[in-house]
Amino acid sequence: MNDTGGASVRAGRPGAGVPPGTGPMTTTLPPIDRAPLRRRRRRTIAVQAACVVVSLFMVVPMVLIGLAAVSSPEALLEFPKPLIPSGFSAGTLMAFIEATGTIPALGNSLLVGIYTVVLSLLVGAPAGYALARRAFRGKDAYQVFMLLARALPIVVLSVPLATMFLNSGVYDTVFSVTLLHTTLAMPTTVLISASIFVSVPADVEEAARVFGCSRFEAARRVVFPLALPGLAASSIFTFVLSWNEILGAAVITLGHRTLPAQVLASLGEAPQAYRFAGGFALILPALVFILVMRRYLVNMWGTTLR
Amino acid sequence: MAVTAAPAPPVATRRRPAGSHWLLLAPSIVFMLALFGWPVIQALISAFTDDSGFTFAAWDRLFGDPYFLRALRNTLLLIVIVVPIQLVLAVAMALLVQARPKFLSGHFYLWTIPLAVSELAAGLVWLSVFDSRGYLNSLLVSWGWSGTGVPWLNYTSTGTMLLAVVIAEIWRATSLVFVIVVAGIQMAPKDFDEAAQVFGANAWQRLWHVTLPQLKPSLQVALILRTILALQAFAVAQALTGRDFPLLVGETYQWYVNLQNPAVASAAALVVLALSLATALFYLRTMRQRDTEAA
Repeated sequence: MNDTGGASVRAGRPGAGVPPGTGPMTTTLPPIDRAPLRRRRRRTIAVQAACVVVSLFMVVPMVLIGLAAVSSPEALLEFPKPLIPSGFSAGTLMAFIEATGTIPALGNSLLVGIYTVVLSLLVGAPAGYALARRAFRGKDAYQVFMLLARALPIVVLSVPLATMFLNSGVYDTVFSVTLLHTTLAMPTTVLISASIFVSVPADVEEAARVFGCSRFEAARRVVFPLALPGLAASSIFTFVLSWNEILGAAVITLGHRTLPAQVLASLGEAPQAYRFAGGFALILPALVFILVMRRYLVNMWGTTLR
Repeated sequence: MAVTAAPAPPVATRRRPAGSHWLLLAPSIVFMLALFGWPVIQALISAFTDDSGFTFAAWDRLFGDPYFLRALRNTLLLIVIVVPIQLVLAVAMALLVQARPKFLSGHFYLWTIPLAVSELAAGLVWLSVFDSRGYLNSLLVSWGWSGTGVPWLNYTSTGTMLLAVVIAEIWRATSLVFVIVVAGIQMAPKDFDEAAQVFGANAWQRLWHVTLPQLKPSLQVALILRTILALQAFAVAQALTGRDFPLLVGETYQWYVNLQNPAVASAAALVVLALSLATALFYLRTMRQRDTEAA
């Protein structure tokens, strides 16, 4: 905000404080300077216009694919397409849903996501707790390793992983995708849960110990409930990561694909209608995720994970 | 880095069995070694050996493949074009947020939706726009700007394919940079900006001499993270163009899934890994420098 503008507005009308009855004084007042006010209003309008432009850039493509997905198959073939499709029907979306593999793939995606959340919390949260509460030799090395692992494209390792899974007989299972996604989520889970445990005051844990809890009990009955909201938020992030992961899931599965992997594998021979309906179906969960997560976004993606 | 800033709390220093924290850390270490460390070794082995022993055969095939060099060129081009645009756009968006416009929460919601949109979905979204019978061409034709529309995604016109992929990537991944920059602005103290205002600096001077220097750490992180993530881009191009606009990770996918050659796929994966490692080490070094400067 341009506060200097506001200050000069106040300075520009000294007559406001002059008591009535001083008569001829008021006639000699300088005219009110409205330029700063106008400048401020113009600025507000310009900012709002810029915001609307960015919002349109973000929204219009999603609206377009949404329109394509609810068009009737005949309307999709039209060219040039009108903005509002000439015929609405659920046929395009239904064809996607009824296509071979879509429903099982949806189930696999959900399962992999949930298993990944559980497994990464089971393995990662204790490590985050140790990082938050203890000072020990090797802590720096461990953190640097996790930061490095976070930055590296672990997912390109799905090729040798696929060979390993083939040899150990877990190739093409929900379990194998869960293992891969947990590996991807592990560095972020450890770092986020560490920052969550740091924000739980050490005093309450100390108090629980004073009143006779063992260290494990103090963690379970005092620290864990206090950390729960943060852990729940980080779980949703893990789930979104797993939900959106494509390359690894496509490489280490054949029959038990997750939804994005299924769509990717079908791209080659699929008609346009399948692609548009599939793209729209993949976007819908994102709208809900972000709606639920919007107050955590800046903290988690912006601060903790840098 | 909030994590390293954590003070060592005084809790539970008594009666602690030595080294119990390793019990807490061990599962994650074992996990990462088994599913991250071991695959790296496996990838090295499979890229450098065959039945008869040590060989460069996989690398010869990879570098001999015309797709690979195109993929390398495309990937680097994509990074060089997309990342700077995203940084500028994200800073502009963060400044807009700072100006507290009306409907801020609505705008913020819309701007962050792409964070949760998968690469593949982003590619398909823009396919509906850039397809030869898509919405962009419909618009051009119905406004009479073009007779039959522009073949944006035709395999002969690398330029328009690049344009489509660039726009889709900007749409998809600017929100990540935006969120990092917003966090950086929120953490920076406001005093300097107010002081500059009092001394009569105009908006441009305040941005250039106060806000941007304060944002430098966030911008560095965003720059490097985005570079590494852009190295991994593949599904956007896959959805828009198939293999007509090859990218490095897409080549890994092609060699493994369609050409059934794990050795060459591993070699391609190692190239991506090496490029990312170089960027990541650079990133950790700048972070370290910043920590020592701060201390």
